[in-house]
Amino acid sequence: MTHLATDVLVVGAGGAGMYAAVAVAREGRSVLLLDKGLVGRGGATIMAQMTVAAAIAHEEPDDWTLHLEDTLDAGRGICHEPLSRMLCERAPERILEMDRWGTRWARENGHIKQVTAPGHRRKRCCYVDFLSTGPAVAATLRHQVSIADRVRRVSNVAAIEVCVADGRVRGAVALDLSTGSLVTMAARAVVLAAGGLTKIFRRNSASTNMGGEAYWLALEAGAELVDMEFVQFFPIAHLAPRLVGMDPIMWDPFRYKLGGRLLNGNFEEFIHRYGGQDEGRYTAPRDLASYAILKEVEAGRGSPHGGVYLDFRHLPEATVRSAFGPVIDRLLANGIDLTRTAVEVAPTAHYHMGGIAVDERLETRVAGLFAAGEAVGGPGGANRVSGNAISEALVFGERAGFFAAETAAGADPGWSPAYAERARAELADLRARKGSGPAPGVVSTELQDAMWEHAGPFRSEEGLERALARIHALRRRLPELTIAAGDVFNLDVQDWYELNAMLRSAEAVASSALRRRESRGAHQRLDAPQMSPAFEKNQRVALDHGVLTSRWSPVVRSGVRTA
Amino acid sequence: MTARVTTLSVWRGGAEDGRFERYEVPFEEGMSVLDALRWIRAHADSSLAIRYSCINANACHTCMALVDGRVEYTCTARLTPAGVTVAPLPKRPVIRDLVTDTMPVEEKLDCGA
Repeated sequence: MTHLATDVLVVGAGGAGMYAAVAVAREGRSVLLLDKGLVGRGGATIMAQMTVAAAIAHEEPDDWTLHLEDTLDAGRGICHEPLSRMLCERAPERILEMDRWGTRWARENGHIKQVTAPGHRRKRCCYVDFLSTGPAVAATLRHQVSIADRVRRVSNVAAIEVCVADGRVRGAVALDLSTGSLVTMAARAVVLAAGGLTKIFRRNSASTNMGGEAYWLALEAGAELVDMEFVQFFPIAHLAPRLVGMDPIMWDPFRYKLGGRLLNGNFEEFIHRYGGQDEGRYTAPRDLASYAILKEVEAGRGSPHGGVYLDFRHLPEATVRSAFGPVIDRLLANGIDLTRTAVEVAPTAHYHMGGIAVDERLETRVAGLFAAGEAVGGPGGANRVSGNAISEALVFGERAGFFAAETAAGADPGWSPAYAERARAELADLRARKGSGPAPGVVSTELQDAMWEHAGPFRSEEGLERALARIHALRRRLPELTIAAGDVFNLDVQDWYELNAMLRSAEAVASSALRRRESRGAHQRLDAPQMSPAFEKNQRVALDHGVLTSRWSPVVRSGVRTA
Repeated sequence: MTARVTTLSVWRGGAEDGRFERYEVPFEEGMSVLDALRWIRAHADSSLAIRYSCINANACHTCMALVDGRVEYTCTARLTPAGVTVAPLPKRPVIRDLVTDTMPVEEKLDCGA
């Protein structure tokens, strides 16, 4: 069995993981950067086609305190304020560092161009033109990790357990997908940067590796998760006609630039019926728009594929062409002529506000275990404002790397091969089994359906109870699932671990949503439609002898605002 | 509308000991080759080894294969009712099925170990 040793292990090599690795290396510590896919190619950052919010004040006067106010407003009173503050205060230096590293932020008259986005009172959102923001950020960070001393990158290796002894992180065990064998890694600190959990829902904009692995690893290691009920549903993801080669959430920037009318199946405007204002502009908050669209569909006023129409046909062709640039040709290749047809859009699971509970050093209650990026819970509270996700990846990546390096500078806690014993026995058992049931990937699909139907944008006690019953029933089927034979690149084995992560994450989401008997931000309860002051608190879940337990905790304030 | 199917011939096994296998897949207008490969994993044979991450966005650039003799991203290669042949990338060591060794050498586990 391969054994590696490092000062800091970073699990997940998307935007946050890569930034964390760079930050560890510049503190003079060694870092092992692990990804279950290819380093710098997976995760959410590379798929982001929109903007990055940072109060650099290039476009107009702005200040991080204003960015913080907007972030806290959207979070509906339950943000972890020190984390929100860290995000807003440090986003500008990260954007400018990325600029020095060669990210081609769109510029105008020599300054970085910034636009507004829903929830922001100032023009503070930076971007790289024509849907290229995420890929450009990922490319910059791939280059930085490749030139950094002390960063070792390892692709196609999936962490399956964080090893903890005497309350301290000691390292991790991982599965080498190429050979099917286990890899052990001794580490003085571990940063979990493996993203969110949106893949647990049938409709999602996730890449293949957002099944909640970071949350599962954290729970099993003894850390707490927080705010797990808060899943952001992006209202206008592409639904039909089939569109390949583009992220389903691509419509947002164009709607922002151009307007673009949201119409129901009868081609009527409808957002105003739900208390929002649309009028072809881009002002309705994400949660309200998702609610309105699904209500129209429920009332039988949906589009043919179960969404609503996004219509640019009222705009002059030249205007559409200049706004969409080269994207117009990619759409035409998909048979979509925006001057002639309205596309169908619908809500999709897009981002997770909840996540791993950390302190102001991005450290969990397990010494030496850190989190970064979307995996972190708390900074967005009940609803994240547009543009804050990549800022989180960059800021929390840098901070987690810095603090993990600081921890790694202390005494070596030591490694023992015995730490890998449980994982080794589990894998041997998986290999030896003669299952009669379906493959793990099939059960994942059943879980996605149950979560979408019962724990999605509309929730109720009855539905959430059903989701939980379904989750428990699917968990009981784990021992009977069939794993294909063979060691080399066996995706069934990877799917099996992923299903474990998805089930645990789904249970955390559904059980937390059940206990929060109110509607707040992205958490909408049909049977408790009002926001209740009694619930202005956070909910934390943890594993206790294999059972998910929960507790409420007061909101962590920063003193920035007293109201 | 009647249900339509299309046929994929997919390389299975290693570079030397492999063979093409045929799969019938429900056809929907506009679907990609990757859609069909993922359908095969979910409904016909989960042991099929493929590499992809972003699924639809053509952002990760990890899903390349030889589609009807041309190097293509399987996420953007359109499927037709006429069907396609999908083989691993040429000039790359085959790991298994459609997965080839596209990892930079320094990202390999055994590099320098």
